[in-house]
Amino acid sequence: MPEAILMKGNDAVGEAAVIAGCHYYFAYPITPQNELAAYMAKRLPDVGGTFLQAESEIASINMVLGASAAGVRAMTSSSSPGISLKQEGISYLAGCKLPAVVVNMMRGGPGLGNIAGAQGDYFQATKGGGHGDYRNIVLAPSSVQELADLTVLAFDLADTYRMVAMILGDGYLGQMSESVVLPEPTGKRFDKSSWSITGCAGREARYIASLRLSPEDGLEKIVLDLQDTYDKVTAREIRCDTYHCDDAEVVLVAFGLAARICKAAVNALRAQGVRAGLFRPITLWPFPSQALLETAGKTRHVLVVEMNAGQMVEDVRQALGDRTPIDFYGRVGAMLVEVERIVEKVKSYA
Amino acid sequence: MKLVYDRTLGLKDVPTHYCPGCGHGIIHKLLGQVIEELGIRERTIVVAPVGCSVLIYNYINTDGLESAHGRAPAVATGLKRVLKDRIVISYQGDGDLMAIGTAETIHAANRGEHISVLFVNNAIYGMTGGQMAPTTLAGQKTKTSPFGRDPAEAGFPIRACEMLATLEAPVFIERCAVDTVRNTLRAKKAIRKAIQNQVDGKGYSFVEFLSMCPTNWGMSPRKAAEWVGETMAAYYPLGNFRDR
Amino acid sequence: MGKGRPEIDRERCKGCELCNMVCPESILRMSEGFNHKGYHYSECFDPDRCTACMSCAVICPDAAIRIWRRAAIPAGDGASGTGGGKRDA
Repeated sequence: MPEAILMKGNDAVGEAAVIAGCHYYFAYPITPQNELAAYMAKRLPDVGGTFLQAESEIASINMVLGASAAGVRAMTSSSSPGISLKQEGISYLAGCKLPAVVVNMMRGGPGLGNIAGAQGDYFQATKGGGHGDYRNIVLAPSSVQELADLTVLAFDLADTYRMVAMILGDGYLGQMSESVVLPEPTGKRFDKSSWSITGCAGREARYIASLRLSPEDGLEKIVLDLQDTYDKVTAREIRCDTYHCDDAEVVLVAFGLAARICKAAVNALRAQGVRAGLFRPITLWPFPSQALLETAGKTRHVLVVEMNAGQMVEDVRQALGDRTPIDFYGRVGAMLVEVERIVEKVKSYA
Repeated sequence: MKLVYDRTLGLKDVPTHYCPGCGHGIIHKLLGQVIEELGIRERTIVVAPVGCSVLIYNYINTDGLESAHGRAPAVATGLKRVLKDRIVISYQGDGDLMAIGTAETIHAANRGEHISVLFVNNAIYGMTGGQMAPTTLAGQKTKTSPFGRDPAEAGFPIRACEMLATLEAPVFIERCAVDTVRNTLRAKKAIRKAIQNQVDGKGYSFVEFLSMCPTNWGMSPRKAAEWVGETMAAYYPLGNFRDR
Repeated sequence: MGKGRPEIDRERCKGCELCNMVCPESILRMSEGFNHKGYHYSECFDPDRCTACMSCAVICPDAAIRIWRRAAIPAGDGASGTGGGKRDA
């Protein structure tokens, strides 16, 4: 019987990365994810890994690029302003088809914002952030257990599809301590010898680059191939969760921490005889449009709850069209959404 | 007759896109020769910058990895930390190394990363059509200093070797030029030392080359070579700044 | 007959004239005609006076010059070769 231990969210990400065989971690301090860097600094020497505090978030994402090109699992982490700095590097990783895991423990923004948890980077994570026609796989944990589980998953997804997988957490999740059963390694093996940059002994010299200047070089073909990959990811890797949706008349849609709060709201509503349910996307990209349609397409009302000014709600509207009325409740400035407000709103649809 | 000077196997046998008289061609050739002579071709990785030499991986006959503008030392760090026994060379121009990449340049040097950094200083931004660089000389006319660089507005040109020489960790720092045969042969020795240091596991090495950019300086290659020797070298003295 | 001679790849030459500039014997000049890229290319007009000093080959940015030397003359004037590719005519 695997043992449950009490772990802080940021620490759980670190331990999960080590479980997944990630031995290279490059980062720069930023609140509210500093515990992760401190954890990796202490933990990686145990496994002969490399911890490096870089001079900036820009440097660290580029170190990840170099390490990934060498054929190993590498990770960096930051929080919203630092993730903004990493956008160029993420675009380059995408253009080079290099796998990597990037952890964003979101905080209040825009600008320097504040250091509390928020959900304001949904657009940045799922709609680009960096330049060009690329996508990242975006995973939204809503508990410390999920931080651990999804981090292990992220490395496998990144390697399978040779792309960036992002863990989109927030400051609260990173700081909270909960009971965790640490995941087992999945044991998946990935042979990177056909493309990694290791020196050309025994083979032709090769290079990895995202520059494709001439028509013969085929930037168009490269980008179309990327879209092909993204289609495969969309077909195979969508993950979502439902809670009390089978007979729900009102479906809440939320991710991450907001989904936790919505769960409490669903419980409160059910106790009052209101048939509420929660649809929780776990992959924000690819977005579970079909599952959402099946779950909420025929309900009386949908309420999207986010800790931002309304970001995921756009994807919800796109998925559901005008099949059902869609309302939005959000808090900005890293304020928490409130159970009482959610309950009030849902009851108002009666 | 015996062939005593041939094209090196360290270079791919292809024409380059560089302008006539560009210093990159000379430096690439020296680098290729050193790689061949040290027998390290199969374990060398060149990290490419953004700038005229963005396509260096098409010319040097080793594995290559592109990096974003200025990030080559960070990318090289990631590579070398994983592949400790490979020879990782970062090859950069003045914008890459001393404008956008200043932080990466200083910190890779400060950490003493076991890489060899080759800095091609032609006092201008070549690829983008001749804008002012951090190393453009005072009074030098460029597309973005059309009346001559004014230090009161744009600051003074930065001397990379002298700046890095204030750091503890680097084991080799030298400034060379490729304007004359004599200087070019010295430059080759410096490249060899910089790379041998990595082979020997000694630490971080840095070589700066004063190099010609005839096209953007608006000079013939001959005049450009003279300008390197007479004008550039007066502000950027050639010589060694660290040799442990 | 000279101590050596330069073999200049006229199609690789970009007409930069650096070799002309550095030749201590001044036996290089630019051609009247053009190569396929439209450059005047460098040519040696008096190979008998070539000393195989390798200066032109060293400075050439396009690695367009190879140097032949008569076997009887020992090397040793400081200009190093490539380490590879030495062979007889």
